[in-house]
Amino acid sequence: MILEDNLGPDSDAFYNALMNTHEGLTEAQSHALNARLVLILANEIGDLKTLTALLETARRS
Amino acid sequence: MAYDYAPFPYTPPLGLTEPEQRHAIVIVGAGPIGLAMAIDLAQQGVASVVLDDNNVVSVGSRAICWAKRTLEIFDRLGIGERMLAKGVTWKVGRNFHGDKQVYAFDLLPEPGHKYPAFINLQQYYVEQYLAERAQDFPDLIDLRFLNKVTNHTDHGDHVALSISTPDGNYTIETNYYIACDGAGSATRKRMDLPFEGQTFEEHFLIVDVEMETSPFGNHDTPERWFWFNPPFHNGQSALLHKQPDNIYRIDLQLGPDTDPKEEATEEKVIPRIKAIVGDTPFRLDWMSVYKFRCAKLDRFVHNRVIFVGDSAHVVSPFGARGGNGGIQDVDNLGWKLAAILKQDAPASLIESYNTERVHGSAENILNSARATNFMTPKSPIEALFRNEVLKLAADHSFARKMINSGRLSQPCNLATSPLQTPGDAPILPGFPIIDAPLEGSNVTTWLIAEAQGQFTLVTASPTPLPAIEGINRIGINQQADYPCFISVGGHAETRYGTDKIYLLRPDGHVCAVFNTADPIAIKAAQDRALGATT
Ligand SMILES: Cc1cc2nc3c(=O)[nH]c(=O)nc-3n(C[C@H](O)[C@H](O)[C@H](O)COP(=O)(O)OP(=O)(O)OC[C@H]3O[C@@H](n4cnc5c(N)ncnc54)[C@H](O)[C@@H]3O)c2cc1C
Repeated sequence: MILEDNLGPDSDAFYNALMNTHEGLTEAQSHALNARLVLILANEIGDLKTLTALLETARRS
Repeated sequence: MAYDYAPFPYTPPLGLTEPEQRHAIVIVGAGPIGLAMAIDLAQQGVASVVLDDNNVVSVGSRAICWAKRTLEIFDRLGIGERMLAKGVTWKVGRNFHGDKQVYAFDLLPEPGHKYPAFINLQQYYVEQYLAERAQDFPDLIDLRFLNKVTNHTDHGDHVALSISTPDGNYTIETNYYIACDGAGSATRKRMDLPFEGQTFEEHFLIVDVEMETSPFGNHDTPERWFWFNPPFHNGQSALLHKQPDNIYRIDLQLGPDTDPKEEATEEKVIPRIKAIVGDTPFRLDWMSVYKFRCAKLDRFVHNRVIFVGDSAHVVSPFGARGGNGGIQDVDNLGWKLAAILKQDAPASLIESYNTERVHGSAENILNSARATNFMTPKSPIEALFRNEVLKLAADHSFARKMINSGRLSQPCNLATSPLQTPGDAPILPGFPIIDAPLEGSNVTTWLIAEAQGQFTLVTASPTPLPAIEGINRIGINQQADYPCFISVGGHAETRYGTDKIYLLRPDGHVCAVFNTADPIAIKAAQDRALGATT
């Protein structure tokens, strides 16, 4: 699990792209998008141990 | 004490009584950009007429943060040291969420630079220093206050201007019309040029207060403090900066649904300031309510009309890229115009000002818009992400980096421009000069002070530099019949390496790097930087 910066110079560009992806959606649509995004990212990571650690970190914060 | 806005003198211009000869350059607007432009040209022996509809410096502090690169350019223009002496130097920024600090940054962690990462200095001082510096060139700078440009027509090989003064109207002609008439540029409007971008819905209250006691509390070194959800202000954000004369800049985000006129009143503002500073006595110096915009022209060069500064591009102020960006325009254009007028370069070199500065301003707009978007969430979901970033930042450094309260002005990288010859070195072609302390015969100096203003070869290698007409030479840790200096503290060697030769453009950007002192290759790189077509 990496909690130091891993996006380097692209951090702002990523954040911006994420906001653009939500543009024009209702709140409910946005929450649904977030849910889909989590599932897609989980599949991309593909490692249960990492995913479990990430889930716990998100829950704790 | 409040700044004394002494009016500049007006004298009736010649054109009112007899036709003036066609001028080489007319600069419309004597804001920081127009004045800097005239001085840059004068330093190269090029005369200009500067017209301004007003006769005082900027009312209100407006631009306060001047970046290192800007100060280095102002050093070349002769007011850098004066700005540094008067300005408030800072380099640490702190971001707070509520009353907790979540992230701090140090903008200039290393020593060995003449200028700090930033100074704060009110725009009226900068304009005053520029106007006074312009008076050093009575034969080259013809500064005309209360001369309002009311019309202009491009005739292909020259531009005709109509001007109104307190004593009536007159006309003049010029080979180049430099539009430095600011964000509301009438020149741009007359030409009906699209000025597109993003307008932010939020209002921001900008206040300058004078007070003896520092609102930074125990921190006696000035810093930049930024709050998300500040405890003292029921709004999204607040920003605090120190300026000279015990003046503090406070920016408060007010939200989209406020009446700007009503907000900019003492009844409304005083309680907001008291919420921050408590019972400490203060004096309101200036206040204004803004809605910010990021927009630019598609092209900055339209035949004989050239846009420079806010007339060409505007940004929201978070990142301080407005005035700082405009000064880089001046730096880029000055030597090119001078080279064209002296016939050292083809007129087409002007196109490279367009390419390089459209690129630079696009970068400024991208960064300023992202920061403003982060600070002003447009929907509940944007607010949600923003708040969770701030919460995660308490524990995780990746989230700290996502906090965006303004990515502060950085010099532009011109690597993609055709004027540069690609190459490999510690400082790549396209990047600006990096300063280093030097020692000459009993004088301590700085690389930026020695190398800017002309094409210059610089090396910290033992290789002797060849004599080439039109190119200055600076040897570091060498002995030769051209100016040589000893590096102080080893900074020049670290920054430039000990096996490379650099060719700098007059604006201090590296345009080529060499491993050997090959005069033919060096000359070819200079020709390329001067826009020679091969
Ligand atoms: C609240 C605020 C904070 C800011 N903070 C910063 C900061 O921290 N750092 C930074 O770098 N920038 C900052 N800026 C931006 C900065 O103020 C501008 O980028 C800068 O003033 C642009 O200079 P300029 O010379 O292009 O235009 P201006 O300063 O607008 O000057 C234009 C000049 O043209 C004259 N003029 C206009 N029309 C005519 C005409 N028809 N005939 C003759 N003359 C004419 C005007 O009188 C004026 O003197 C800030 C701006 C604001 C509003």
